[in-house]
Amino acid sequence: MAALPRRIIKETQRLMQEPVPGISAVPDDSNARYFHVIVTGPEDSPFEGGLFKLELFLPEDYPMSAPKVRFITKIYHPNIDRLGRICLDILKDKWSPALQIRTVLLSIQALLSAPNPDDPLANDVAELWKVNESEAIRNAKEWTRRYAMDN
Amino acid sequence: MEMMNTDDDSLCEDSGNETSGDDVDFNVEVETSVPKESQSYDDEYQYEVLSTSDIVQYMSDIIDEVNSVLQLPPTTARILLNYFHWDKEKLMERFFDGDQDELFKEANVINPFKKIPVTGKPKLSLKIRGTEECDICFMVFAPSHMTGLECGHRFCYQCWNEYLTTKIVEEGVGQTIACAAHNCPILVDDETVMRLVKDTRVKIKYQHLITNSFIECNRLLRWCPSPDCNYAVKVAYVDFKPVVCCCGHIFCFACGENWHDPVKCSLLKKWIKKCDDDSETSNWISANTKECPKCGATIEKDGGCNHMVCKNQNCKADFCWVCLGSWEPHGSSWYNCNKYDEDEAKAARDAQERSRAALQRYLFYCNRYMNHMQSLKFEHKLYSSVKDKMEEMQQHNMSWIEVQFLKKAVDILCKCRQTLMYTYVFAYYLKKNNQSVIFEDNQKDLERTTELLSEYLERDITQENLVDIKQKVQDKYRYCDGRRKALLDHVHEGYEQDWWVCKEA
Ligand SMILES: [Zn+2]
Ligand SMILES: [Zn+2]
Ligand SMILES: [Zn+2]
Ligand SMILES: [Zn+2]
Ligand SMILES: [Zn+2]
Ligand SMILES: [Zn+2]
Repeated sequence: MAALPRRIIKETQRLMQEPVPGISAVPDDSNARYFHVIVTGPEDSPFEGGLFKLELFLPEDYPMSAPKVRFITKIYHPNIDRLGRICLDILKDKWSPALQIRTVLLSIQALLSAPNPDDPLANDVAELWKVNESEAIRNAKEWTRRYAMDN
Repeated sequence: MEMMNTDDDSLCEDSGNETSGDDVDFNVEVETSVPKESQSYDDEYQYEVLSTSDIVQYMSDIIDEVNSVLQLPPTTARILLNYFHWDKEKLMERFFDGDQDELFKEANVINPFKKIPVTGKPKLSLKIRGTEECDICFMVFAPSHMTGLECGHRFCYQCWNEYLTTKIVEEGVGQTIACAAHNCPILVDDETVMRLVKDTRVKIKYQHLITNSFIECNRLLRWCPSPDCNYAVKVAYVDFKPVVCCCGHIFCFACGENWHDPVKCSLLKKWIKKCDDDSETSNWISANTKECPKCGATIEKDGGCNHMVCKNQNCKADFCWVCLGSWEPHGSSWYNCNKYDEDEAKAARDAQERSRAALQRYLFYCNRYMNHMQSLKFEHKLYSSVKDKMEEMQQHNMSWIEVQFLKKAVDILCKCRQTLMYTYVFAYYLKKNNQSVIFEDNQKDLERTTELLSEYLERDITQENLVDIKQKVQDKYRYCDGRRKALLDHVHEGYEQDWWVCKEA
């Protein structure tokens, strides 16, 4: 495997030294480009109390291209589909090489606090979120309890 | 429709606007500054081959002209001109008559007269003892190794190069590349891109991207259609004429296809479309398909039952496979086809016959067209085998000049095949008359003599038969070339004399 760029080494170090509150990101023992991520459901959101597992991978041309991030824990959210893929502009066309793992994870956390059903990835969820928000929130809470709370 | 007129249609096709052309004289600079050979296949038709940087120059002359009035950053002017399809009058009009802020917004470009609040201020705090850290690679550099735009976001040269290269090569972004900082709308101007990108190929790709729409908006310019070729051809007026690019590719300026004399652009276009649509033709004629007598949809017999139901959901006609008559009178018994000679069924069969005949006719022309196209694809193989042959002959004490006739023969063979290929398109749409009979004789003649030449080129050449073969090959190719010219002259004369009548097919 090619040597790890200084950028990735330093970014990982800084992430360990000053972790983001509510988020842990740990590089895999055998692959320094692969991170095991746990995001705590934000307070006052339907995801509160949940621990959400994600995987994050830094592609070969990182930071010129965005990291690949996916939820592993099932989540009921209009911008996250059944496969855990996330609809977030900075992971696509708004990516900038000056962004970091840290900023990406913060944006994902913010997305949990403020779902955006007008830019949906999971259509059925987004639909319900728009027509019957309280039911959607109830579902999200239920999924959080069912999938994100046991250990 | 008369074939004579079809040419004019194709002239208008490639330009949706009146930007360019005779009313704009921006060719002065190019002609003097670029010493490009003005090649000519056809003696009267003059044109120039421009490299990507010639086009950039051409484009920036127009930008300068506009900017002598508007005073915009050149990249902003380029984007605005693009937005108006390089119609400077229209841009000027909008610029002075309308809401400028609105104009910039519409064209998706920052208003350069407005101070923009920059997101994420430059990190002066990280300037430690006269060094700066690059936010992309996290390396620490002396300030002279860092650079940025007016927004103040600075990155190292290496990172800028990588960033721009990714945008240009991976994402194909040319019109607008924003600063590398997140959410910063400041555009990297063309000059900066050219300064920061290191690889020449990436620079050319960038120039290609920014000139692309300029070329596409200008009727008098056309990219060479050959893959990976970065030249463009500039003409004084659009015509159905062959142009030769610096890369060697010969194409029709009017439509961009391979040079396709004797058939005109609009018919060729029709033909190509037909060929694409009929890709399942061979399947169509297989014994197991017939057309629905009602809607003409192709129906495949997928079982033993002769009661067919059209698969076209809007038709769903019931009919009998054997007689093509409506199924209804066949009764409710499972198979009782005694209506074989019924008029209705006969009419259906006649219609089927006609369409089958039309298909057969199409296949006849298509096969011959494809055959020559296929042979042309082996052109490079033929050249290399002839090259081997020539080398071998030189080892037998023959001079370079003595063996050149072989290459010449292949050149002519290819030209003949190309002409023949397009004669089948021409013939397909041609209505029969006295002149079309002469044309077909010419075609038959050229076909036969081309095959003979091709055979000669495959023969073994030995020391003993060389003189004889050389004489024969030369005779053959001269004859072929003569026949080819005769055929084309006859067709051209026909265009002038209005002999050709187009068949609606
Ligand atoms: Zn850097
Ligand atoms: Zn910036
Ligand atoms: Zn070319
Ligand atoms: Zn053409
Ligand atoms: Zn039908
Ligand atoms: Zn029948």
